[in-house]
Amino acid sequence: MFRRALDWVGNRAGLEGAQDFLKHKTVPVHSGTIWYYLGGVTLFLFVIQVLTGMLLLLYYRPTPTEAFESVQFIVTQVEFGWLIRSVHSWAANLMVLTALLHMFSVFFLKAYRKPRELTWLSGMALLLLTFAFGFSGYLLPWNTLAYFATKVGTDMAGAVPVVGRFLRHFLRGGEEVTGATLTRFFGFHVAVLPGLTTLLLLLHLALVQKWGISSPKRPGGSGPAMPFYPNFVLRELIGWYGALGVLGMLAALFPWELGTKADPFASAPAGIRPEWYFLAVFFTLKLIPGKVLIFNGEALGILVFGLAAVGWMLVPFWDNRSEDEKRHLALTGGGVFVIAYLAVFSALGYWR
Amino acid sequence: MTAIRLALLGALAGALAAQSGMDTCVGCHGALEGPLAKPAAAFEADVHKARGFSCVNCHGGDPTVLDPAASMSRARGFKGKIDRRATPGLCASCHNDATLIHRFNPRQRVDQLAQYRTSVHGRRLAAGDTRVANCVDCHGVHGIREVRDPLSPVHPLRLPETCARCHSDSDRMKGYGIVTDQFEKYRRSVHWEALSRRGDLSAPSCATCHGNHGAAPPGVATVVHVCGSCHVVFENLFAKSPHKKAFDELGIPGCVVCHGNHEVARPTMALVGVQPGSLCLNCHGESDKGRQAAAFMRSRIDELATALDGSEEILKRAERSGMEVSPALVELSHGRESLIRAKVELHGFDPVLVDGSVKKGLGIAAAAHRAGEKALQERDFRRKGLLMSLATIAVTMAALWLALRELERPGKKG
Repeated sequence: MFRRALDWVGNRAGLEGAQDFLKHKTVPVHSGTIWYYLGGVTLFLFVIQVLTGMLLLLYYRPTPTEAFESVQFIVTQVEFGWLIRSVHSWAANLMVLTALLHMFSVFFLKAYRKPRELTWLSGMALLLLTFAFGFSGYLLPWNTLAYFATKVGTDMAGAVPVVGRFLRHFLRGGEEVTGATLTRFFGFHVAVLPGLTTLLLLLHLALVQKWGISSPKRPGGSGPAMPFYPNFVLRELIGWYGALGVLGMLAALFPWELGTKADPFASAPAGIRPEWYFLAVFFTLKLIPGKVLIFNGEALGILVFGLAAVGWMLVPFWDNRSEDEKRHLALTGGGVFVIAYLAVFSALGYWR
Repeated sequence: MTAIRLALLGALAGALAAQSGMDTCVGCHGALEGPLAKPAAAFEADVHKARGFSCVNCHGGDPTVLDPAASMSRARGFKGKIDRRATPGLCASCHNDATLIHRFNPRQRVDQLAQYRTSVHGRRLAAGDTRVANCVDCHGVHGIREVRDPLSPVHPLRLPETCARCHSDSDRMKGYGIVTDQFEKYRRSVHWEALSRRGDLSAPSCATCHGNHGAAPPGVATVVHVCGSCHVVFENLFAKSPHKKAFDELGIPGCVVCHGNHEVARPTMALVGVQPGSLCLNCHGESDKGRQAAAFMRSRIDELATALDGSEEILKRAERSGMEVSPALVELSHGRESLIRAKVELHGFDPVLVDGSVKKGLGIAAAAHRAGEKALQERDFRRKGLLMSLATIAVTMAALWLALRELERPGKKG
């Protein structure tokens, strides 16, 4: 019966092509194959985000008078609302983590080399969108920490040279973080960012499909490979189940805190800090003096970070040894330095 | 020798005064040494000087004349050192003048002299006792500062010490028949703690209860009103209580019977009830109705406090487990309000009144406790659910892994 139904759909939808494609698609096997799964896990977490986000939308109300109460209602009154909200928050953080790990694995495996420059660029854009998701979503419960962290975050955006003032005003929807900011962030979070992410994700996946998964060059042609279906898919599924287990554990044992409702007239509580993935930048900017020579310290810091990020994104274009798979000690050392810097400064930002 | 120096200084000051309009009182006394120099030095910081007044406004004389003998002559109205009995009248010559005073401070009262005359100090002074306090003993002389100036001896933070200068001096108080331990006791009170440690300048000090210019010990009949000027609710409750009539009949004061006067300690529930150390036992005997009422009120309040603590404990436990119980904690804070209300209502000494608030608080505590229990049950349910989910996930992962191994078994055709 099931077989007949499948054949019926297959004949009408032309699934023979897809079956043929799956039969012949292979994935290279080598010592770094394990890193291939990170992209898939990130995609899995994104899907979880979309699904749980849609469920949260059924109850969430994006106004300063109702946002906090609606989230409180979700976690206390709605059946399994606590789980949905907690999974959404934890999955967001895990997604940032796996996306970062995915980026570093691609960086160290030099998988960005020709002809995969566009795959790397679309991936970097997706990472930035992930950060934007985190930043915009953080404010939505309208609690004290989120409110003041958004204030600090948008102030940092305000220090961007030349366009800072406009950027801060654009993000806040005014001079201060108000209901206008909340509405705006909600719009970005549930409409603009998902739209852009879906388009870029399709492009990213299409490019991965077009050029295949990168593998180290071997003398005498390509190395061993495994069938994409079912071998790779089954492994990917194991990874997804593992991620689901970790996610469930975090959500059930450490439900995401709601805190207290934001009071714009209250003074900022001590120890305000952004989400962990912005901590390194936040802490570095705190260390920079107000004035460096004749420049504004914060603006200079943001400029340097901006230029470093652009340099990082353009790595396929200036790593002239990647094509021949020659070691580029400076580049590998730079990658290790970036990881060490992010780890140390994030820890310092958290503890100090 | 002094006459020669005065003459020389007078000539010098006179010359300067003629040129710059300088006050020769300050000119001469400022150049002198010893006690005669002190007034001029202190007057520099005096509020009157800042408002344009000078020595002559109190002491008379003529500060424009070069010759000291002439400037300080009776003919020119020089009064010299002011007699202690005349001081209040002299100060009042300006401070009773609303037109004059309100030019400098529209909110300043002008009835200080009238009040002073009603005070124990004023009445004794009028009777010829010059050892009692008058204006300058509290406000200072020559270096008088505004009350709000922290260096003023009558600034709220310094006033108790100023009163104690005389009232803690047993030699000085000898003959007046009053104790000298008020300041020592006051410094152990909640009022002093609020004033000195918390910096609450509205907290009561000596003048708040005794009055300032009209300072007098509150009589038996007025104690309740004195305390009630701040503790309004307590006064109203006490006025309707059975204690009011009994205290009036016995001729004993109200609040201070239980709380003390200068050494008002932080009240605790240990003061109430029938256990050893309770104040109720001081008056109420074994088979007394009041004793039963005290026992009942104490037990009900204790019951509420225990119930609230229990509910808070369970809610906090749930909160530590990551459960969202903030609405229940907010509700519980209303229960705490009921407890406070019940403790306040104790001052009506009416068991029915206290029981009303206790019942309300117990209802809130019970609801909060149920919310805490529900949250903990929910936590356990989540943990069980997690365990089952993790087991399912682990089994599925193992099955997938086995399927993969089977698929990739050497010799097996893909």
